[in-house]
Amino acid sequence: MVGDAVIAAKARLLCSKFVYFTVQSITLMLSIRDIVKQYASHRALDHVSMEIEEGTVFGLLGPNGAGKTSLIRIVNQITAPDSGEVYFKGAPLHQSHTERIGYLPEERGLYKKMEIGEQILYLAQLKGLSRHEAMKRARYWFERLEIQAWWNKKIEELSKGMGQKAQFVATVIHEPELLILDEPFSGFDPVNAELIKNEILELNRKGATIIFSTHRMESVEELCDSIALINLSKKILDGKVKAIRNAHRNGTYVLEYEGQKVNVGGAPFSVLSESVVDDHHQMKLKISDGKKANDVLQYMLPLVSINKLEEVVPTMNEIFIQTVSKSTRP
Amino acid sequence: MNKIMLIIQREYLSRVKKKSFLIVTFLVPVLFIGMFVLIGYIAVTQNEMSEKKRVEVIDESGWFENKLHNGDNIEYTFIRQDVAAAKAGFIKSGYDYLLYIPGNTDNVQLLAEKKPTAIVTQTIASSLSSIAQSTKLAAAHIDSAVVAQAQKRISVEGLQVTDEGIKKAHTFASAGIGFVCALLIYLSLFLYGAQVMRGVIEEKVSRIIEVIISSVKPFQLMLGKIIGVGLVGLTQFILWIVLTAVLSTVAGGIMVKNIKAKTEQVSMASKAAQGAAGNGQAAAHADNFAGDIMEEIDSIPIAYTLSCFLFYFLFGYLLYSALFAAVGSAVDSETETQQFMIPVTLPLIFTFAMAESVIINNPDSPLSVWLSLIPFTSPIAMMIRIPFGGVPAWQLATSMALMVLGFLFTTWVAGRIYRVGILMYGKKASYKELVKWFMYKD
Repeated sequence: MVGDAVIAAKARLLCSKFVYFTVQSITLMLSIRDIVKQYASHRALDHVSMEIEEGTVFGLLGPNGAGKTSLIRIVNQITAPDSGEVYFKGAPLHQSHTERIGYLPEERGLYKKMEIGEQILYLAQLKGLSRHEAMKRARYWFERLEIQAWWNKKIEELSKGMGQKAQFVATVIHEPELLILDEPFSGFDPVNAELIKNEILELNRKGATIIFSTHRMESVEELCDSIALINLSKKILDGKVKAIRNAHRNGTYVLEYEGQKVNVGGAPFSVLSESVVDDHHQMKLKISDGKKANDVLQYMLPLVSINKLEEVVPTMNEIFIQTVSKSTRP
Repeated sequence: MNKIMLIIQREYLSRVKKKSFLIVTFLVPVLFIGMFVLIGYIAVTQNEMSEKKRVEVIDESGWFENKLHNGDNIEYTFIRQDVAAAKAGFIKSGYDYLLYIPGNTDNVQLLAEKKPTAIVTQTIASSLSSIAQSTKLAAAHIDSAVVAQAQKRISVEGLQVTDEGIKKAHTFASAGIGFVCALLIYLSLFLYGAQVMRGVIEEKVSRIIEVIISSVKPFQLMLGKIIGVGLVGLTQFILWIVLTAVLSTVAGGIMVKNIKAKTEQVSMASKAAQGAAGNGQAAAHADNFAGDIMEEIDSIPIAYTLSCFLFYFLFGYLLYSALFAAVGSAVDSETETQQFMIPVTLPLIFTFAMAESVIINNPDSPLSVWLSLIPFTSPIAMMIRIPFGGVPAWQLATSMALMVLGFLFTTWVAGRIYRVGILMYGKKASYKELVKWFMYKD
C-alpha cells in the first residue's frame, strides 16, 4: 500500500503539469445552475447556467440590460434567484462566502463625507478583517498604488480617478478568492487603467479567480481565459476564448502576393476583397467548402510570388456582435 | 452581530464627530436657557426700561383730582383749561398724553401724538374705574371693606383620592410635564427619523450601498443605521439635559437674586406709593403660586415618568425610523420624499394635535385611552397621561407590549421594502411599486 502511494506520488511528480491541469479543470470556483430571476414584468435571467474554473479570468459579456448585473448581484447575495442554485467551491452559496468575494460594482461609490482611510478600514472590517489586519493591508495597498497622501482626505475632495483607486483597494483588501469586477477600467485614464490591469493580473497569478464584466472586447481577448455571453436574459455562448474563436473560424484568409493581379476563375476560393498596398496585392478570400489553405497555395503558387497567407480568426468583438445580433433577431 | 456593531459604530461616530452635532448639542441648551433669562430679565426690568409718560388731565367731573396718583410710569398733571384749547395746543404742550374726563365720566378720551399704547390705556382705565367705583360706593354709603369681602374669589382645591390617602391633584404641573414630554418625543421622532432617512438616501445616491450589502444583509444595515442614529439621539438628549441642568442652576442662581431684589424694590415702591392693601395681597398670591408649582413638580413621580419617557422615546423612535428608512430607500433624493412622508407623519401630527387639546384636558377619556394604546400614537398620547398618574397598570402594559409588537412589525415591513428599494435607481416609485417590493421573495 505504501509502495502504491510512492508510485502515485512519483507519477504525480512526473506528470505534474498534466495533474495540475486535471485538478484545475475539475475544481470549480463557481457553478451557476439554471438561475431564473423575475422582476415584476421582466425576466432578468432565464435559466442561466455557467461554470467558472478556479484560478481563471472569466469574462461575463453582454449588451446593456442583458442580465449581467442581475447575475452578479445574485453571486454577491445582494439578491436571491427565484429558482436555481449557485455553488461556491462546491458548497451552496452561503452568507459566510461574502467574506471570500470581492465586488467592484459598475456604479462606484463611497461615503462622500468620510475620510478615505477610515472608509477602507470600515469596509474591510465588514468583510471580516480585524481592525489591526485591515490597517496593515490598507497601508500596503495605499503605498502600492501611491495614494498614501489621501488617507485623511474625503472622497468629495478627490478626483473621480482617485476615488476609483480607493475603491479598488476596498475591493481587494480582504484578499478574496473570487473577484467580481464590473467594468473595472471605466473612469481610469489609460495610465491608471494599465496599472489596475496589472494589479488584477497579479492577483490572478496569486490564485484569485476573476469574473470580469465588460463591454471592452479588446481587454477580453487580452485578459480572459473563458467567457459567457448573455443576451436578453439568456446565455447564448460560453467556453474558452480560444475555442470560441476557433469555432467561429469560417475559412477566411488574407493573402499577400507580388505580381500581376490574378484572375481567379476556377479557384478553390472566392475573393471577398482585394487591394493594392504599396508594391503588393492584398486579397481577403474565403476558401470553398471542402478545400484547405494548401489548396489555395497550390492554386496561387504558379501564378504569383506569395509573401504571406494568414487565417483571419474572428475577434471577440466580431463574435460578440454577430452572436448578439443573431440571437436578438426573432 | 459583529457586523451590526460595526455599522452602529460608524453611524454613531460619523454623526457625533460632525461639527454640526457639537454646535447643536451645545447651542440648544444655551439658547433655551438664554431665552428664559431674557424673558425674565425683560419682565423684571420692563418697568424701569420704559420711560415715564407725562399725562395732562382735564377732569370735568371733579372725581379724580387728588385720587389719581402717579404710577411707576405715569405722571398725572391736572390742568384747568378748555378742552378744545387743550386739544389744539396738545402737541406743543410737551405732554405725552392728554386725558379728558367729561362731567358724566361716560366717554373718557385719551389723546396722544402717536397711537396710545395698550398698556397705558389699560392702566389709566383700571385706575379710573377703581376710583370711580369707590367714589360711587362712598356716595351710596356702602363700606368698601364689605364690597372687597363680597368680591373675594373662591379658590377650588383639586384633590386626588389614592390608596395612600388624599393628596393634592397638581393638575397644572402634570399637564405641563406631560406636554413637554410629548413635545420632545414628537420633535425627536421627526428630527432623528429624518436623519435615518437622509442616511439611507445618502448611501443610495453615493452608490456605496451595493458595496456594503455585498458584505452584510440589507436588514443588518438598516437596523445598524437605526440603532446608531438612535444612540446619537440619546447622547444628544442626555447632553441637553445635563447641560440645561448645569446652565439653569448657574443662570437660576443669578436670576433669583436679581428677581428677588427687583420684586422687593417694586413691591416696596408700589406699597409706598399707593399704600393699598390689595397690591400686597397680589404679591403674596404670586409668591404662593410659585411655591405651588415647585410643590406640584415635586409631587410627580419623576423616576416613573422618566422611565416611561425613555421607553416611549426609544420605541417610538425605532418604530418611526424604520418607516423613515423605508421612505428613504424608495426615493433618489430628499425632494422626492414628500408623497411618502405624509402617511408616516400624519399619525404623529394628529396625535400631537389631540394631545394638546383632548388628552391633556381629559386624560382618561376613551379617546385618550385608545390613542395611548395604538403603537403609532401611543408614544405621544401616553406621555401626556403618565404625569397625571392613575394610568391603570394593564393599560400601560398593553400599550408597551403593543409598542414592541408594532416596532417589530413595522421594521419587518420596512425591511422588506428597504431591501428592494435601495437597489432601484432612477425609477419613481409609487405605492403600488412599494407593495410589489414588499411581496418579492428573498
